Amino acid sequence: MSESNYDEIMKLLCDRLSGLSNSSIQITPETNIISQLSIDSIKLLNLIMEIEDTFDVSIPINALTDVQTVRELADLVYKIKSAS
Amino acid sequence: MNLLEKLDASAAARKALLPDGVGAFGIPIEEVYSATEARIGDRRVLLLGTNNYLGLTFAPECIRAAHEAIDKEGTGTTGSRMANGSYFGHRSLEREFADFYQCDSAIVFTTGYQANLGTISGLVGPGDTVLIDGDSHASIYDGCVLSGADIIRFKHNDMVDMEKRLRRLGNRVETTLIIAEGIYSMLGDQAPLTDIVKLKKAYGCILLLDEAHSLGVLGETGQGLVETTGLLKEVDFITGTFSKSLCSIGGFCVSNHPQLEQLRYVSHPYIFTASPSPATIASTRAALELLRKGSHLRKQLWQNCTQLYTRLKEGGYLLGPHPGPVIAAIVDTPRQALLLWQNLLEHNIYVNLILPPAAPEGKSLVRCSVNAAHTPEQIKYVGDTFCKLHSLLCTAS
Repeated sequence: MSESNYDEIMKLLCDRLSGLSNSSIQITPETNIISQLSIDSIKLLNLIMEIEDTFDVSIPINALTDVQTVRELADLVYKIKSAS
Repeated sequence: MNLLEKLDASAAARKALLPDGVGAFGIPIEEVYSATEARIGDRRVLLLGTNNYLGLTFAPECIRAAHEAIDKEGTGTTGSRMANGSYFGHRSLEREFADFYQCDSAIVFTTGYQANLGTISGLVGPGDTVLIDGDSHASIYDGCVLSGADIIRFKHNDMVDMEKRLRRLGNRVETTLIIAEGIYSMLGDQAPLTDIVKLKKAYGCILLLDEAHSLGVLGETGQGLVETTGLLKEVDFITGTFSKSLCSIGGFCVSNHPQLEQLRYVSHPYIFTASPSPATIASTRAALELLRKGSHLRKQLWQNCTQLYTRLKEGGYLLGPHPGPVIAAIVDTPRQALLLWQNLLEHNIYVNLILPPAAPEGKSLVRCSVNAAHTPEQIKYVGDTFCKLHSLLCTAS
């Protein structure tokens, strides 16, 4: 995948997380998804299903244990998409 | 944030939803009078927040069996079956479950939670995949996490979505375990087992069905969804619990795969837990006998379920798609659910309050569990009271 694909993933994540969060903070790659955006676990899991469908990949939810920030989520999706 | 501060933050989030003094979770029950009534505070309440589906908690046969087991074998086994041995009761109950499901093997676990934890973590491991329904019970999620397998969710009961995810797995489907539930605990709806079995066969996966809420409830002999669908032989592993229709505590897994026996040597939730007490096993055995012969109890249960479901629907409540022993009123906000729950308690009705994220789709639930021992008059009172309180939902949006 190219750099533009990574940017596409990042933009999609920021847009969707913004829609899911009750917080008014500006979402950046360093934003902590759980502690700063207060997104509950089920909303996050549903977002993962949506990302799977958008990029036609399988993202195991146990891989999320290493994900805290938006950038880490984008890295995970990019890595899985690149390998598919 | 240190460890204790993290718990403080979690407590603050909980209290924001449920102020101190509102004992919706773990409510103190002072006395239990029967399968349908208890005392909470000074109130004699109707119990619709239990999973006592066949109403057998006070069945004389079960109580007598438990008493006799304590007299003969004492109060506990004091350790695991691996180390302390398998009592006659443990082995008998396993034979009886295998016979009930016409399967070759059965394993008894100490809790229903551990039945899923132990079966799943024994069947799959790192490098394997589990494909689970999005509304799966926490014991299924936790079993998957414990296993180290890759966990993929499909949309609740959505077979198009499930097939899409199977297709994406490619040749990994050979080491994929699909998991579904006979009746789902939140909305009381049933898995589309016929379609799941078709996909399981088409992709060559293994299928585990959790009959925790459907055991004793569905089918002529109470086997669960496998019986009403006639698909018993198509499901590879069936798990379930003793703590609902069987009115004790424990869990089981049955299968025709001889490999089930190996779980006794690889499944930590089986190996490193004290085995069920003699009284627990004895009352479960007696209850299983009553369950198998309990078509009259199922008939009464389903009359009660249909009566309450119909009344709540008429009263304007949004419910799950099927009538059944789990009937959940779906409301938009935690505040609406809390107000309804509190008012029901003030009318001497105890039900379950379920708030996000435990409830699906960000909604909140006021959930009733109906049982065969409820009288038509009790069910009428509950239905009428719900309907009387429906206007509260508008005042608390």
